[in-house]
This record gives sequence, structure tokens and C-alpha cells, in this order.
Amino acid sequence: MNEEKSLRLTVASSPHVASPINTVSLMRDVLIALVPALIAAVYFFGFRALIATAVSVAACEVFEWGYRKLMHQSNANGDLSAAVTGVLLAFVCPVTLPYWTLVIGDFFAIVVVKQLFGGLGKNFMNPALGGRAFLMLCYPVAMTTWALAGTANWAPLGMSVGQAYIDASTGATPLGADFMHNAEHLLPDATLLDAFVGNVGGCIGEVSAVLLILGGVYLIWRGVIRARIPVAFIATVAALTFLFPQGGNDRLTWMLYQLCSGGLMLGAFFMATDYVTSPVTKNGEIIFGVGCGLLTVFIRYFGGYPEGVSYAILIMNCCVWLLDKVGKPARYGVTKEMRAQQKAAQKAGKEG
Amino acid sequence: MKQSFYGGVHPNDRKGATREKAVAPLSAAPKQVVIAMSMHVGAPCKPVVAKGDYVTVGQKIGEIAGLGAPIHASVSGTVTAVEPRPHTGGGKVMSVVIENDFQDTFGCALTPHPDYSKLSADEIVEIVREAGITGMGGAGFPTHVKISSGIGKVDTLILNGAECEPYITADHRLMLEQGERVLGGVRILMQAFGLKSAVIGVEANKEDAIAHLQSLVGAQGDIQVESLRTRYPQGAEKQLIQRITGREVPPGGLPAHVGCAVFNVGTAAAVYDAVVEGKPLTHRIVTVTGGAIKQPCNLLVPLGTSFQYLVDQAGGFGETPDRVLTGGPMMGIAQFTLDVGIIKGTNAVLCLTKAEAAPVAAEEVCLRCGRCVNVCPMHLTPVYMHLYAEKGLWKEAEALNVMDCIECGSCNYICPARMHLVQSFRVTKMELRGMAAKEKAAKEAAKA
Repeated sequence: MNEEKSLRLTVASSPHVASPINTVSLMRDVLIALVPALIAAVYFFGFRALIATAVSVAACEVFEWGYRKLMHQSNANGDLSAAVTGVLLAFVCPVTLPYWTLVIGDFFAIVVVKQLFGGLGKNFMNPALGGRAFLMLCYPVAMTTWALAGTANWAPLGMSVGQAYIDASTGATPLGADFMHNAEHLLPDATLLDAFVGNVGGCIGEVSAVLLILGGVYLIWRGVIRARIPVAFIATVAALTFLFPQGGNDRLTWMLYQLCSGGLMLGAFFMATDYVTSPVTKNGEIIFGVGCGLLTVFIRYFGGYPEGVSYAILIMNCCVWLLDKVGKPARYGVTKEMRAQQKAAQKAGKEG
Repeated sequence: MKQSFYGGVHPNDRKGATREKAVAPLSAAPKQVVIAMSMHVGAPCKPVVAKGDYVTVGQKIGEIAGLGAPIHASVSGTVTAVEPRPHTGGGKVMSVVIENDFQDTFGCALTPHPDYSKLSADEIVEIVREAGITGMGGAGFPTHVKISSGIGKVDTLILNGAECEPYITADHRLMLEQGERVLGGVRILMQAFGLKSAVIGVEANKEDAIAHLQSLVGAQGDIQVESLRTRYPQGAEKQLIQRITGREVPPGGLPAHVGCAVFNVGTAAAVYDAVVEGKPLTHRIVTVTGGAIKQPCNLLVPLGTSFQYLVDQAGGFGETPDRVLTGGPMMGIAQFTLDVGIIKGTNAVLCLTKAEAAPVAAEEVCLRCGRCVNVCPMHLTPVYMHLYAEKGLWKEAEALNVMDCIECGSCNYICPARMHLVQSFRVTKMELRGMAAKEKAAKEAAKA
């Protein structure tokens, strides 16, 4: 009996076991899934891509730490969410972007988009995309100067990029306004395989469709993200571009180019699936994905911007609460007849 | 394998420690049993013995007072106290304390009916009531009420052998070792309902039990043994009905509303004992397990035996226990003392070490990852319900059907931010029930 008296038992509400998954492990998996795309970026754009990513991550962590310190909030650097934002923001900027511009984007992403709304879990739009949108408004030229891929064109590591380099080795992406809005709708020079592997101009992390898909499949396999959003997103873009090819191009070729170019794969697997800014209900997720796809194609076809993915996702981010209301699962145990009955009763009540 | 309910989780089942352990009687009967007068859903029983009385095994010591089932002595001996004692459900409950005389003198008013085929439904209900049988799966609904209210409405009789909670193997061993009693009980229940068939649902991680029951049914073919996908909460009543029949129990409804009656396999065995052997419910199988227990085992235990005694029977603690639960880790209730007794619904005494148990931590930040929505077998949106609940917006939470929550704990288990979801829904439901009661009272007052 003495032994029993010395027991210190914990009393807590059930359940008394928990799954091994936690916030940090989820964020770590996202970072792991982004590694292949980073390797591709270094291969195509040189070490400047790696340094830019590192600068961006460091800046995000510092802003996250500094803001929370200033506001006397608990330190949140350990959850790795700022690191994910840092990597993603670097990935959606051109490699030639000066480091200081990138840091401004990080500031906007972490402080304005994320922390001012309450930090992790409270922001209503994706911080990395918010940062990119801000940079697009402030530095439109720098944000749309694409380095060409390939060892010969590796960007210099220096703080700012020399004009001579820019003149010599930049070009338009396959989605550049010239191609999308040219009267003849020419296909870009890059071959389909190049576009698939990533041997094309573009932002740091968005070029290699194949490695982004690899990362996305890893996330789905690990159960970090659900397949509904990316599948709905990509399928919508595929269907629309297949049905409405531009400039007399072959349907299939046109569709595949559209799928492999721009930020579609990066957006679909890593940005649209951002937990905080995507719906939680099954139907909500599907509508969200389809909406992203529709807006992407609309912006690409009719918009002034060469690339529609980021704005499409940002716009859909704003609709998330609405989508979750619409997508609310059907109540358990309520059959169609019961619902019809209820409706009839309501109607009768109104008329009576 | 076919899954017909939405969501669910798959925690590590950890049944290995006791899966192969045959049900053993206690090496020595307990010196004293503390029999609580509340072992079931409904009103507590009224004790009908007083201090100093001599009682025999099977003697009725608690009489029905409202909804309930009578309670019988599990050992013979002298009543030393009738007083409130700690209860596994929390708080103190009026209990009868019996000092064991180790004679096991049997004395019960029930008559055995080895040939039950001539019994009418009413007679069966009467025997089941007098034997004090309640649901043995945990909730403890009085079985005689379930039968009598279901006669004529029920077209499908379902036996729950899913045992989807991790660690527990009591029902598994029962089906494996005493399959005849289970099937006998099922046939008696079929007769009571006037049905020609029944289904026993068993999770696929108990292949041997499925095969054993199937071979026992043999050519008779009246009872179907169905292998269910191993997925928590497969053994929840509504989910089991959905899996077997495809029907969904309406909100606030009972299984009888969709023509089903669900009994635990342990309940069926108890029905068999009562009808055929004339024995009231005085003993049950309890799995004593968990990382803190030295020799995990399945024991046949007289009701009212203390947790401490069972832990000692299982070799005591090998490691320091962090939590002692009655029931499984997903829905079990944490105990603050080992001085509580086994009741009819106690299927396990689970002693978790600190490493096994979920850490007791402050909530982190909700990521809105949506895992809770994806695992909820009741089609709810825990993330939004919790947002309302933590701000005290009970009515808004009610609009999201929080009352449908079965508290299975799947959302809480899967949450990466360790939000205290189930706890907050329990509070919400309690508040809403209180509000409904108040409104009702106000309406009645206005009428009068």
C-alpha cells in the first residue's frame, strides 16, 4: 500500500496516446521535399541560387525572431515555418534579383503577411506569395529578368548583378508576355523535355517540373499534404489548355508546355497546399484547386502578367473560409429524404 | 479491405503483449471487493444489503432504481460497509464493501434453462434483467432495455467483436476461448428479437478469432462472422452499423431507428451464462496491460476487485506508471488512485509509462492542416468547432453539430499541434445540455 501512495498519476482527458506527427516534423518534410528543386536550381543557375535561398531563410528567421521579441511573444523559430517561407520566397524570385531586394520581400512576407495577422496559423494568405506579390509591385523589372539556364550562364555571386551579365544571359521564360500575347502565339525555343527537366529560364525553384513533382509525391506519400488540391489544380489547367490551345498550336504540345512552365508545379504542390491558407474540408479543397486552375489559365491567357499561378493562389486564399462553409461535410445520418422533409417543413413554416 | 465509414485513424495496436495470453483466474481471490452501485447508464442502484449482512455469490445487493440493471455480489462473505467510494467514472459512488470468506458459496434466484428454445422473448428479457447484464464494451447500457425496446423494430442483430482500442485483448481471448458461449448468447438474442440471423463483426487483426468462430458456426450458417478493416473507431456503434449494413444512425437517434441492435460479444456470453447456466453477471475478463506492467495478462475478475489488486496479480509495476486508465488509450478514463473497483464495463486496466502516454502539454498553434476533418468518422469539422468552443460560442459550435461528436478521440490523436479537441467538445456538449435543460425549465415555468 505504501508503494501505491507514492504513485504520482497523471489525470488527463482522453485520448491518452498521440500520433508521432507534429508541427516540426511536418515542416521538416516540406523542406526535404524542396531539396531536389534546390539542387536543380544550383545546377541550372549556379551557386547564386543556393546563396539567395540561404539569405532568404536567414532573413525570415531573423524577422520572425525579431518581431516576436519586440512584441514580447514566445520564440517560434523552432517550428521551422519561417524557414519554409524563406525557401519558397527565394524559389519564386529570379536568380538575378539582388539579395537586398529579396530581404525586403522576406520582411513583407514574415512581418506584414504573417506576424501582423497573429503569426503561424492566422495569416489569410500565403506569406511567400504575399512577399512575391509585393516585390512584383515594387521591382517589376528586376522580378521579371530571367537568367537563362546552363553552366555558361551561371549568375555571378556578387551583391548586385552586373548590367553586362544581364544583357548577355537573360531572356524570356516560355510564359513571357511576348509568347502568350504574340499574335502568332509562337512556342518558345526550349524543347518540351527542357521545360520538363528545367533547362529553361525562370525563377530559382520553379524551373524543374520533374523534381517538383518528385517533391510533391514525397509529401503525398508521407501524408503531409493531401492530393486533392494539387490534382484539382493541375487537372483544371490541363483541361483548359487542352481544350483551348492558343495560336494554332497542337493541343497536346501546348498543354504540356503550359503544365511544365512557370510556377505551376511549385504552386500546386507547395504553395496552394499551404495548410494555413487552404480549406480543410474535402469539397472545399477541390473547389479551391479548381479555382486556382481557372484563375491561372485566365491570367495567363488574358492578363498582363506573364505568370498567373501566384495571383491565382492569393485570390483563392481569400476565399478559404467561404469555401470551408460551402464544403462542410454532409451531416452524419441525415438522408436525402430527411433533408427534403426538413426543407419542406421550412417552406411550410414560411408560408404558414 | 472495404471501409465504409469516413476517416478514422490507425494507432499502433500494441496488443502483442497479451494477445497470446489465455484468460487466467486470479491466483487468489481478493480479500475484499468494493462493488459500486453505478455500473451502467442510468440511475444508480439502491443497495438492498446492510452492514453486517452475509451475502452469497450471485446474491442481489443492488436493486434497480429507474433505468438500470441490478447488481449482484461477486464473492461470498460479510458486508463491512455501505458507503461512497471512489469510482472509475470519477467522483465517489455509493458502494457495497464485502469481506471475502473464500467459500464461494453460490446462491442465486435464477433458474438455469439448458434448453432455451422454448423461452419467450419476455422471459429472456426477464432473465437478462434479473442477471444484471449491461453492455460490456464500456458504455454500459442496460441490456434488457436494449432488447425490450428493440423487439419488433430490429431487423439486423450485430455483435461487436471489433475491439478497435489499442492494447485490449479481453474480447479477443473471449471469442477464442469461449466461442461456444458467445454463439450461444447470440442465438438467445436472435430468439428474443425473432431473427433468423446475426452478424459478428471482428477486426482483421484477430484472424484466429474469426477463423475459430467461423468453424464453430460451421454448416449451421445462421451467424455470419465478418472480418472488418483494422481502423479505429471500427468498434464504435454507429461506425459498426455503417460498416455492416450501410445505414447511418440519424443525429440523436438510437441504432433501433435504423433497425439495428448492437451488443458486445462479452454481453452475449453473459446472456448465455444467465439463461443457460442461471448465473448472474458477477465476473468479467479484464486485460491488465501497458508498458508499466511487469507481466501483462488477461484475467477473469470478480466485480469490485480493486485496480491495485489486479496490478499486483500482473506482477506489479516494472516501470513507473504515468497514467492508469480504465479502458483503452483512446477513450479510457484516467484514474487518480488504484483504489477503484472493476465494474461491468471495465475491459482493461491500462498502465501507461510516460513514454507511451501522450505528453500533457499546452496547446500549440493550430496550423489548419485539416487532419481532424479528414479523420472524423462523424463528418464534423473539429477545427472550426474548437475555434468556437474556446471562445465560449456554444451556439455557434452547436450549429456545426458538435452534439454529434462521439468523443472517439481520432481528431485529438492525429492533431500535430496537440490541440485539446475532445476535452473542449466535452465541455461544449455539457454547456449545451445545461442550456437546453434551462430552456426547457423556463418553458415549463412559462406554461405554468
